[in-house]
Amino acid sequence: MTPLLEVEDLRVAFTRRGEPDTVAVDGVSFDVRPGEIVGLVGESGCGKSVTSLAVMRLLPERGNRVTGSIRMDGEDLLALSDSAMRERRGRDLSMIFQDPLSSLNPVIPVGLQVTEVLTRHRGMKKDAARREAAELLERVGIPDPRRRLDSYPHQMSGGMRQRALIAIALACTPRLLIADEPTTALDVTIQAQILDLLKQLVAETGTALVMITHDLGVVAGLCDRVNVLYAGRIVERADRHELFRSPRHPYTHGLLGSIPRLDGAPGEDLAAISGSVNDNMPWASPDGGACAFTPRCPRALEVCARVTPAAEETGTRVLRCHNPVPDAEGAV
Amino acid sequence: MTSLLERRRRRVDELAEASGRSLTADAFLRLRRNPVAIVGAVIVALFVLVSILAPWIAPHDAATAFPELQRTLRPDSIPGAQPGFPLGSDQNGRDFFSRMILASRQTLLVGVLATLIGLVFGVLIGALAGAFGGWVDTVLMRVTDVLLSIPSLLLAISIAALAARPSQTTVIIAVALVSVPIFARLLRGSMLAQRESDHVLAATSLGVPRRAIVLRHMLPNAMGPVIVQATLTLATSILDAAALSFLGLGDGDPARAEWGLMLANAQAYLDVRPALAFWPAIAIILVALGFTLLGEALREALDPKGRR
Repeated sequence: MTPLLEVEDLRVAFTRRGEPDTVAVDGVSFDVRPGEIVGLVGESGCGKSVTSLAVMRLLPERGNRVTGSIRMDGEDLLALSDSAMRERRGRDLSMIFQDPLSSLNPVIPVGLQVTEVLTRHRGMKKDAARREAAELLERVGIPDPRRRLDSYPHQMSGGMRQRALIAIALACTPRLLIADEPTTALDVTIQAQILDLLKQLVAETGTALVMITHDLGVVAGLCDRVNVLYAGRIVERADRHELFRSPRHPYTHGLLGSIPRLDGAPGEDLAAISGSVNDNMPWASPDGGACAFTPRCPRALEVCARVTPAAEETGTRVLRCHNPVPDAEGAV
Repeated sequence: MTSLLERRRRRVDELAEASGRSLTADAFLRLRRNPVAIVGAVIVALFVLVSILAPWIAPHDAATAFPELQRTLRPDSIPGAQPGFPLGSDQNGRDFFSRMILASRQTLLVGVLATLIGLVFGVLIGALAGAFGGWVDTVLMRVTDVLLSIPSLLLAISIAALAARPSQTTVIIAVALVSVPIFARLLRGSMLAQRESDHVLAATSLGVPRRAIVLRHMLPNAMGPVIVQATLTLATSILDAAALSFLGLGDGDPARAEWGLMLANAQAYLDVRPALAFWPAIAIILVALGFTLLGEALREALDPKGRR
């Protein structure tokens, strides 16, 4: 199947005069097929949010350099004019953010924020847009949607706000939806509801979903394929089942080991990944490079600090490691 | 029969409604609990009421000299209170009480007009600078900086002195121009903060056009501090306007009732009848104080950090 979104060798560097560039995303490549749910997983600062902002072209105009290509339907989004990109945002691709309260305009009613998108991208008249907005709110499970159209964001609960944001993002049935940690600001019961809702809506509308999260629990319940990011590069990519059955990269392995399991022995300590992101080695350096994870890696070899591991593809899995964890089935 | 679940759900809805009071309603509630705000509001309300009803409250005309007052009027003795003239005569044999009341209209007019004009231009400049950024911002803000670096009264005096024939209009323009950079700077700052806000990013991610982003998503959210500043500016505008009149840079027509001008003209008779200077001065101070108290209280009430 031809991919809907193809990100190839995406690099985002933040530049500052008189200082070396800060590379946030360092050659990330992944694709998303129509209707698929793809996870981008990693800890804070690994570049997952910057990747999503780069795809939406929402990075600040100045102070950064974006290279590589981001193609949607074969068209390079990075080459589009500002106005052409604005035309596509909200219509072909849209995004849901982390904090549902601050993502809504506090001074105008929620209904207006839904109809704004409808009138802009679908050319609807005021009345028709209002009817459609009420239907959208109903579809995302907001009770009494007609009355809620006139509510202000602060009059809604956190879960309701996130539902409203999802309604706005899906108003024009975009083919790609990027969700940047959409459940982080919500409490656990609401998190599950929102994830179910997202899953149901993308299944109904055929929208592809890029799920950005640090929460492997979210990934396990939702994603078809998972990309694990570390320090701006994808270190492992696999189908969800494959990844959870047998994580090969020591980082992925460590992440999975750090989650409490229902079938684990009682009283058993959780595995932790030692160190922090600050301990990284640079992927590339004048004298050859390294694996960024080396200082924290329990399986580090001497070669890891010397040579940048290449991304190797075997079957559906992509792996960037000199000394991967043995496959659960025994084959290395 | 309504089920228990349904009733409970309704109860939760009601609670949510109550806690989700709107920003303005919440601010109003906090204003009503604040004694400073009450004092300010009472002063302002009285002042506005008096100036609106002035022609009906004032027993006499402001420009007419009365023979019964002029009869006892000497350069070294100005008649005080007597039947029909509660505050006595001014230096020209006119009813001082009526003049005090009618002068409130001038003060309100100058204060409100000057503040409104300053607000409109300040908002225009601030919004442009904040929305566009880049060189537009740089140019507008440097000009603003220059204006801000001159003490406001000095600036007002210079502008008023430029006018060929001083009048009420030149006073209003001078006082308004002084407040323009204050509004511009303030709005520009909060526009910049809005530009970085999540909801503006979210709106951009939905393809909302730039115009709508600025006018619907940034400007209304950035106006809060500017509205508060407008209340405070009303006070300084009134003071500045009075000062200009006092210094002879306003309309000098001695028949006109205006507190600043009355204060200036009373100077010559300070040792004969100090009340002529006392009452206009007190009036100016009280009104400025009223607006300042109200403005400060409003700022506190709208401050999100004070909300619980």
